[in-house]
Formats: sequence, structure tokens, C-alpha cells
Amino acid sequence: MSEAILKVTGLSKNFDGVRALADFSCDLCHGEILGLIGPNGAGKTTFFNVVTGFIAPEDGKVSLRSTDITGLAPHRLANCGISRTFQDLRLIRQLSVLDNVLLSFRDQPGERLGNVFFRSKRCREHEGQNRQEAIRLLEGAGIAEKAGDPAEDLSYGQQKLLSLVCCLAARAEVLLLDEPVAGIAPEMKEKILGMIRDLPDKGKSVVLIEHDFDAVMQTCDRVVFMDAGSKVSEGTPQEVRNDPKVIEAYID
Amino acid sequence: MDYLCHILVLTGIYVILSVSLNLIAGYTGLLSIAHAAFYGVGAYVAALMALKLHSPFLVNIVCVVVLSGLLGALVGIPSLRIRDDYFVIATFAFQVITFSVLNNWVSFTGGPMGLPGIPHPTIFGLQVSAHVGFLILVGIFCALTLWVTHRIVRSPFGRVLKAIREDEVFAQAAGKNVAAYKVLVFIIGAGMAAVAGVMYAHYISFIDPTSFTVMESIFILSIVIIGGSGSLWGPVVGAVVLVVLPELLRFIGLPSSVAANLRQIIYGGLLVAFMMWRPRGLLGEYAFQGKEARE
Repeated sequence: MSEAILKVTGLSKNFDGVRALADFSCDLCHGEILGLIGPNGAGKTTFFNVVTGFIAPEDGKVSLRSTDITGLAPHRLANCGISRTFQDLRLIRQLSVLDNVLLSFRDQPGERLGNVFFRSKRCREHEGQNRQEAIRLLEGAGIAEKAGDPAEDLSYGQQKLLSLVCCLAARAEVLLLDEPVAGIAPEMKEKILGMIRDLPDKGKSVVLIEHDFDAVMQTCDRVVFMDAGSKVSEGTPQEVRNDPKVIEAYID
Repeated sequence: MDYLCHILVLTGIYVILSVSLNLIAGYTGLLSIAHAAFYGVGAYVAALMALKLHSPFLVNIVCVVVLSGLLGALVGIPSLRIRDDYFVIATFAFQVITFSVLNNWVSFTGGPMGLPGIPHPTIFGLQVSAHVGFLILVGIFCALTLWVTHRIVRSPFGRVLKAIREDEVFAQAAGKNVAAYKVLVFIIGAGMAAVAGVMYAHYISFIDPTSFTVMESIFILSIVIIGGSGSLWGPVVGAVVLVVLPELLRFIGLPSSVAANLRQIIYGGLLVAFMMWRPRGLLGEYAFQGKEARE
């Protein structure tokens, strides 16, 4: 197996006495899709929030390509090559679909205040390139014809798709996807899972939180099962599915 | 004619104030009620420089913008760590403190007696004195404010501001340094408000703290809300409506004591009516739909 791109060791976090993460360790290898499953409240989303800097861990270390990134601010981490989607679908609903994608590009010269008034040519060129790239990504996802519509006019499934496109626009190496196919129609689900399966070929590594066991079985190379903030089982989807500890946790 | 010019100059001053507050509150979603404080700081600094240092007008205006911007940073950096309601309270506190300083530091600001005899400005040897002169000067600064705001809100920088207004977490996850953007916008808005203060001080030639109270801040905010927050021209329309409307009351022959009170009732009534039936203000609706969507 190739080297770990994201390495997490001994993460702990309590919320008012509830253990969301208890000495949780896990590695993400380059170019793999890692499924993160477990019952509600197992600490999966907390794990994402810690890795992306929205929650500071009480203990433990997160490193990206062997650089320690624990406790960096969310916007810094987002610029280091980690991009995420949210379970509760965060999009700028009033802005157009295209603007949502454009917002997701990193390091835009036009976003610096000085460049608003000077060097407008360079900014326009950069913006033009981003625009083409955004349209290309939207075409890939099959929602290019909706580019001008406000994001809130999209169906729920299309919004999930858009948040994945935004994640791609970030050009991040590590993508953390929080329930990308929960609660959407089967066709759309297939499309999104297909896009996710293509990601390793583009040099990206993915952590996928998902409750749908079939989706995990089809998509992931490796699965980590979490319960009460710690790792219960780890292995190929088959191994985890047949692990008696996992079956027991689901029956509880 | 002079009367008409007077109304237009006042409208112009409120255009600068409301357009700059719109950048803070309408585009970035930071509900600030400290705008009259920056307006007052601008007016007092310009007046004191003109009276005590006799420095040229254009130098004053640059100093005022820089100083007010610094003050904006001083208030902005600590208060932008907190959100929503707490931010409103923090700006309210700054507003009250500024008023108290202006009102009580008698030896420096003249306290409640104010500062009389502020000279008319001279620009490149030309003295701006007549109403028409001021109208041109205010017009230039209005245009400048609108141009700067236009450049900001149409740029990728402005897109980030709207994203912050709608969803801060999304903006952070997209790698935007939300705190830095907020502070920058607060500084720009404070600087612009101070320019309006300079205009006011030189135009009226007498200032006292009662022009820069919380009520004034709320009045500016009403202009933004009624005109349409988050739209470039909304606050301009709002300023015209709210400044000109009470003047019209003079012509329907009401005694001035009644008219003054009626003004307050009209403002209150308008605010309630807009909140109920048109929360996006007169022009605000267009701001939230992209150009592409309308076509």
C-alpha cells in the first residue's frame, strides 16, 4: 500500500462529557477511497470537523503529507489541499450555481482588496480561466445548463452534486465527503458515486461518510467502522461487513 | 434654488453614509449601528484640523479617512470575533462611547456647545462656498463612493463578501479568511462614513455631538433597509426618499412642531411597513437574483 497522505493519531474530543472522539487514529493512503461508517453519534462528522479545523481536538495530531496541521484555522487548512462537503449541504443559496463554484477556487488574485482597483487585467484573465474551468466541471456533472440559476432552485440531489463540484473546484488532494448520497434519488446517487469512483484516477484521495452500506460496498477500497468515538473495525468492505463486532454494534 | 441645493447636498451626504453602510451591512451582513460614530469622527477631525492647524482641505480629508479607517480596525478586530447580536451590541457600545467623548471632552471638542465657525474648504485655490459649489463637491465624493463600492461588489472580492453574509462556514471551508475580509470591509466603510462627516462639517460650518447619536446610526440603517440592502443603487434611492420626504411635509402647511414629530412617525411607519411587506427594500430584490437569472 502506498504512503499515507493524511495521518491522524490519537484524536480525542469531548462535548460536555460526551465522548465524540476517543483516541481515534486512522490513515488515508494516496489515491484510495476510505469509507467511514458507524451509527449516529459515532463521531464521524466530529472527525471531519477536527481535520478541517472547525473543532480543535483536546488531544491528538493530524498530519498532511507528514506536515503537522493540527489546530490550524479552517481557511488555512482549506488552502493546504483539504476540501470538504457538509452533511447539511452548505451552499450560498442566493448566489448562482456558477458563483458557488467560482467561490470554491483557491488563491484567486481578484479576491485581494488591492487587486480590486489595480492589476484588473490579470484578475480578469484569472477569473476567465476559472469561469471556463467551472463550466467544464458543471458540464461534467451535467448541471451546466443551470449555471445561471440561484443554487436554491436546484433539486436536493443537484445541490448535493453541486457541493461535490465545489469540492473539486478547490483542486484539493484530500476530499472529505459527508454523506454525499444521503436522501437522494437512485439515478442521482449512481451519478454521484460514479464521480467519486473516478476521483482516485485524478490523483485525489477521499474519505467518505455514508450510512448506505451498499453505496460504501460499491465505492470504497477500505472501510473504517466507528462507534462511540473510536475505531471498532477496519479492513475491506467485505471484512468489515462480516466482522461480528460491527454486526453487534448495529444490533444494539 | 439655494433651498433645492441644500436638500441635494444633504441627500448626497446621506448617499455616502448609506452606500458605505450598505457595504458593511447589506453585502457582508455585519449589522453595525456605529456608522454615525465614524461620521462624527470624520466631522470632528476635519473641523479641528481646519480650525486649529489650518491645514489644506485635501490633506484633511486624507488624514480623516486614514484615522477613521484605523479606528474602524480598532473597533473591528475585537468585535468581529463575535457574531450577530453580540456584534450589534459591540458597535452600539462604540457608538455610545464616541458620543460621550464628543460630548464631554469640552476642552478639545467643545462639548455640547460644539465647534462653530468651520471655514469653507479651499481646493487648489478655489474656495467652495456657495451651495452650488458644495453640491459639486459632494457630488464628486458621492460618485467616488459609488464607484469604489461598484468595483468592490462586482469583483471576486465582493463575491466573497456575499458568501460571508449568506454562510460563513461555507466561506471558511472554501478557504476564505473570513475575519480578514470583515475587518477590511469595516475599515473601508468607516473611511467612507468619515468623508461624509468632512462634507457635513464644512458645509454646515457648525457641528455638535447631537448630529452623531445612535438615532443617526439607526436613521442611516433605515435608509439602507428601505432602499434595499445588498444593492448598489438601493441606498441611493433610500437616501432620496428619506431626506426629501420630510421636506415635502413643509409644503402641505403643517406647523413645524407637528412636522418634526410626524417625521419620526413616518420613519417608524415606513420601517414597519417595509419589514412586513417588502423586507428587501425598494431595490433589494434584484441584488439577490443574479443578472443571468433575470434574463
